[in-house]
Amino acid sequence: MAVASTSARRPEGGVRGGQKPSRAGYFFVSGYVILLVAFGILPTVYAVWLSISNSRGQLVGLGNFLRTFTDYRFAAAFTHIVVYVLIWLVTLMVLVVTLALMLHGRMRRTSAALRFVYYLPGALAGVASVVLWLILLDPANSPVGFILEAFGWDSLATVILPSHLPVLFTVIAFWTGAGGWILVMYGALNNIPAEILEAARADGAGTFRIAMRIQLPLLRKWIAYMLILAFATGTQLFVEPQLVSTASFGMIPDGWSPNQLSYQYAFQAGDFNGAAALAVDLLFVGLACATAVVFRGRMFERD
Amino acid sequence: MNHRIAGAVAVFGAALLLTACGSADPAPAPSADAEQFKQVAQDPAGEITVWADATRVPVVEAYQKAHPEAKIKLVTYSGNANGATDLQTKVQLFDRTGSGWPDVAFSTTTADTAWAAFGAKPYAAPVDKVIDQSVLSGFSPGALDPCKVGENVYCVRNDLAQVVLWYNKKLLDEFGYQVPTTWEEYQTLGEKVATEHPGYLVGTAGDPWMPEIYLWASQCPASTVTEGKNVTVDLKNEKCTRAVSMIDTLIKAGSMSKSSVFDAGFIKDKAAKLLMAPGPSWYGQVLFNATFKIPKGEIAAAAPLKYAADSETFTGNVGGGVWYISSHSKNLKTAADLVSWVTTSDEAQGNAGTYPAFQSAATLWLSNQQATGYFAQDIAPAFTTAAKQVWPGWSATQYSHESIYASTVVPALNQGQTITSTLDAWQTAIKNKAATLGYKVS
Repeated sequence: MAVASTSARRPEGGVRGGQKPSRAGYFFVSGYVILLVAFGILPTVYAVWLSISNSRGQLVGLGNFLRTFTDYRFAAAFTHIVVYVLIWLVTLMVLVVTLALMLHGRMRRTSAALRFVYYLPGALAGVASVVLWLILLDPANSPVGFILEAFGWDSLATVILPSHLPVLFTVIAFWTGAGGWILVMYGALNNIPAEILEAARADGAGTFRIAMRIQLPLLRKWIAYMLILAFATGTQLFVEPQLVSTASFGMIPDGWSPNQLSYQYAFQAGDFNGAAALAVDLLFVGLACATAVVFRGRMFERD
Repeated sequence: MNHRIAGAVAVFGAALLLTACGSADPAPAPSADAEQFKQVAQDPAGEITVWADATRVPVVEAYQKAHPEAKIKLVTYSGNANGATDLQTKVQLFDRTGSGWPDVAFSTTTADTAWAAFGAKPYAAPVDKVIDQSVLSGFSPGALDPCKVGENVYCVRNDLAQVVLWYNKKLLDEFGYQVPTTWEEYQTLGEKVATEHPGYLVGTAGDPWMPEIYLWASQCPASTVTEGKNVTVDLKNEKCTRAVSMIDTLIKAGSMSKSSVFDAGFIKDKAAKLLMAPGPSWYGQVLFNATFKIPKGEIAAAAPLKYAADSETFTGNVGGGVWYISSHSKNLKTAADLVSWVTTSDEAQGNAGTYPAFQSAATLWLSNQQATGYFAQDIAPAFTTAAKQVWPGWSATQYSHESIYASTVVPALNQGQTITSTLDAWQTAIKNKAATLGYKVS
């Protein structure tokens, strides 16, 4: 992921291919591998085991999946998350790419300051930024209360009506998470050799045409990469509905998102197997989507 | 290659289905049997862990000061306020890992007994086996009812939250109104306020605890739990609809707010216009004094309202904390001593923020309240009357009526619907929630 580097001058790239693999490499990845096994792979295996067994440790096949699938909250929770993820991914893709192109093309002079500003919200911890939004969304406290009131929303209760939630969570998620992606895209744009852009300009291509014909196709892999990760975090939405629910004294159902529903299973009903089945559902959806994007986006091809 | 993966997945899936030999139903929770309560090996000098919310921390510290020999590890947590389920969440995890349970835990919701006293090895120890009967008999009549399962008591009540009729005496005198004594008079007054003094309010319907104020007092069978885990839900009962249609009428008239009393906008714009509000005993200090900052000498409390058609007056109850002693505790003696002290002693309860459940402490508490001079007149008669009138038919359930009301009805209210029009959806929401928690619903 060398692209995360935002430096415009990359010193002699491409030597890596000729180097011999050394033992030091194993040492450097070992820290990551250990953490991945301890906090990624083992819990996943445990969740898969829980999802196909019952509390007495007997195998139950797909019983837990069928049971949770027929839960009255299942369809609602997955509908909520599908609507939210659709809005969130489209917004993220369009706005992040547009902002990165603008940052790269037109605003060279202010670019360093803007990059810092974009990154700033991402530096706040997730929960803290949601709490900040709780204040912004309450017309009685909000510094932008007049905007909310212009929409006819005069109390927190009217701002967070069920139909508004996917858009509200998108706004919060964009604010907290998009800045980092703008920087990644900016870095990717810097990787495009200047000669290509100059050649295009010499052939009479305008900014728009360069963006559409050259920059976007070359950004494809990074957009695919962003979509996979944003999809995974999007389907796991938990903190936002949970905190907004607490702040509004429970106006959002406690099983609004699949992840919350899983939490309800585990900690309100004490049903860890049902909770694991829901978590495995999300795992499969995430894996399927990632597979599709990886193959469609030809991410592992070398150019 | 893709075919090979698909094949492997199909084989794996088929293998799973074939190996299914157990039932996928979650293990049924057997009801607690106090006779089978067995203490773990005891260590009377051992350290005990106490979980309490921020409000209750000083009283535990006071116990520590009065009993320097006791070893106490005090942990502050949410106290399950506002529908949080932290204690249950953690206990579920401790049940899985087999250690870590707090020896003593405070919870702001009496409904926790519905899970704490059940299960293969319930978290809550039957307190009547570890605390002397003479102590337990000193509580207000009915105060320990939410803690009871069968004949056994699984928690000790910290405070009562009986619903009384709060009113702003200064405003009421200014407007020349009388304090109502029946719900019918209350509704008439509400309609009169709406026309004569628009903008002033006689209550709120957007609080999650609306069912516990209005429906409980109206003896509505919102959830009646019987033997086993059977529950009947009947919001269409006349005892429910009379309260609901009264609220709808007052909302339409404009003298009942759709907000919650703790909504920031309400506190800013409406608090000073709240002429009266049926509400729990803690409204006095917590809401009117600390949150609304209404000046001294304006707020008073009247006895609960009665339905003209009923022969007896009943009222509701909003919360009232409880203390649990862990059945896994290695030092039940210290745990029991601490719980007795914080709930019954004058030092602990005499100046608490809430009305003590223990009778002799409550008497002292009321005279201390009078001494503060905050209230326009003595609240003791209203409080003591209401404490005896809490309707015993409202069952403690593992699900919270507050969160169901807040997520089902409040959004509809804010979209301009009436509560009456949401009764079906509301009833379904209660039934669904009950069913997912293992209740047999009828």
